[in-house]
Amino acid sequence: MNGASFDIAIVGGGPVGLTMAVALGRSMKGLRIALIDRRPFSVPRDQRASAIAAGVRRIFVELGVWTGMAIGAEPVRQMKITDSGTGDISRPLFLRFDGDVAPGEPFAHLVPNQLVAETLLGALGPDVEIIAPAEITGFTAGPASARLDLADGRTILAPLVIAADGANSALRRMADIEVIAHDYQQSGLVTTIMHELDHEGTAYEHFRPAGPFASLPLPGRRSSLVWTEGRARAEELKALPLEAVAEEIEAVMGSTLGKVTLEEGLQSFPLRLQVAKSFTAPRLALIGDAAHVIHPVAGQGLNLGLKDVAALAEVAVDAFRLGLDPGAADALERYQHWRRFDTALMSMVTDGMVRLFSNDVAPVRALRDLGMGVVDRLPPIKDFLIRRAAGLDSRGPKLLRGLPI
Amino acid sequence: MTDTTINPDEIAKFAAMADEWWDPTGKFKPLHKFNPVRLGYVRDKAIAHFDKDSTVRRPLEGLRILDIGCGGGLLSEPLARLGATMVGIDAGEKNIAIAKHHAEQSGLAIDYRATTAEALDATGEKFDVVLNMEVVEHVDNVPLYMKSCASLVKPGGLMFTATINRTPRAWALAIVGAEYVLGWLPKGTHDFSKFLTPDEISALCGRYGLKVVDKVGVVFHPLSDEWRQSRDLGVNYMVLAEKPQA
Repeated sequence: MNGASFDIAIVGGGPVGLTMAVALGRSMKGLRIALIDRRPFSVPRDQRASAIAAGVRRIFVELGVWTGMAIGAEPVRQMKITDSGTGDISRPLFLRFDGDVAPGEPFAHLVPNQLVAETLLGALGPDVEIIAPAEITGFTAGPASARLDLADGRTILAPLVIAADGANSALRRMADIEVIAHDYQQSGLVTTIMHELDHEGTAYEHFRPAGPFASLPLPGRRSSLVWTEGRARAEELKALPLEAVAEEIEAVMGSTLGKVTLEEGLQSFPLRLQVAKSFTAPRLALIGDAAHVIHPVAGQGLNLGLKDVAALAEVAVDAFRLGLDPGAADALERYQHWRRFDTALMSMVTDGMVRLFSNDVAPVRALRDLGMGVVDRLPPIKDFLIRRAAGLDSRGPKLLRGLPI
Repeated sequence: MTDTTINPDEIAKFAAMADEWWDPTGKFKPLHKFNPVRLGYVRDKAIAHFDKDSTVRRPLEGLRILDIGCGGGLLSEPLARLGATMVGIDAGEKNIAIAKHHAEQSGLAIDYRATTAEALDATGEKFDVVLNMEVVEHVDNVPLYMKSCASLVKPGGLMFTATINRTPRAWALAIVGAEYVLGWLPKGTHDFSKFLTPDEISALCGRYGLKVVDKVGVVFHPLSDEWRQSRDLGVNYMVLAEKPQA
């Protein structure tokens, strides 16, 4: 086969694909990495922020990129979960996750997406060859390498292709991997607010019948909001003037943050749960949203993708170190085995939370209030949930444990 | 192709057999499972001995390595990817044809020859590293074989020997377990009386001018489904010997 040969080809230059390229480049000198994207590489204009869980932050620390992100990061020191019916005025507190997963290590950090992209782009090693803008028109797995055909006629050969090309992954489709999907018939709404009172590093999660509403602390008296509404209601809200939206937000949040002003208009996206039936195909591994899209309720979407990176980078580097084929069936199986359980668990937990909380029937509310009360009074269960959400597991990938690959 | 006497049907047959050899989930799965631990040992010890850089993609660049009993090339190909100049020999013509076919497919230049250690030694060729992995338990004249292997090592070079110990546990695991219970290996693969102890291997190394510098056991961990290095030399083990500088 003719074409440019690489050791690994990563398709998709979002935070997950970029982290993959940095992780591989840092772990082995001289590894020939192709990073391909449909759009030219530049720092996106994106006002949003992502919650980076403690375990996942360790990946960034280990890769030497955390210092660049820390400048604009806000630690989440506690998480307060409330449950309220539509007409309730008070915001009863049912669950409170306090403090740090380890001394000096907060549960999570909010990092502006722009800063994440900028830091990762700056950290790409000399061995990463950027191929963009480039449209992929074909993927063929061969006995020793996979071939990617580009729209401009070029071909790229690599023993392993990594699909980090998002929820509508073209590579996933080309490899005939099906997805299991559930449409929540809801929209996610996102915006950034300024508020009168200090958030004190608190993330609030209000469970309402229409779906969860989360406020995540940003530097200063600012917070990032993510919440869900029915499709029609979401469109109504988007059509309102910003002041009116601010009033709606204050109504949900009660008095916690005082008066609220929107920094930008509402952005919306359809909510769905989508998990690929397989995370691998011959010479192909799916990571990030290409593998799974979960409900944003727990802020775990990007974290799951970065955990994929930690697992797959280790599997690939282990193979390269021994001169073995990183795209061979046994290597891919090791990756899939490592990530599948965690993804299934996280999808079920978030999906379960949505179903449980998006419900205004009194007995259901009574039951979940009881459940939350039990969780709140049993430190081991709470610890387990916190550690799980923070991505801390003892036998997980090395990067997640803060170790070099 | 220069050799025009090769029959196309034969090539097709070897291609099919190569696919079988190289399918990590197929007939040779046990060998694929075993491969990382021995590759890791060879890589790490060679890097340390020859003072190579362990952080690069091709750390074994500049080393000439001989793989005795190379089979389909399961050790030769990875080591070639790590930068070594590989020569693979096997007494079986079929294995050499399979290995050649696969290396070509992988885009790797490996010098495969259908010959024996004794015949190669007679030509006077020398190597930085000689791999004598899972062979000695199959040969008839062990002293002659070990003498040839040792002679193929350059002064200052290394020889790796991997084999199975002659203990009741080895009989239970490597013959009863692997051949009869688990079906990992075809029945009759191993003959217990031909197994050698680490002391016997060490004595043979010493007799032919090599100094044993390390011994390590290899043990299967069923829960993680992988082989790992161990201090237990009771069943599978590897011996590293070096030839002093002239």
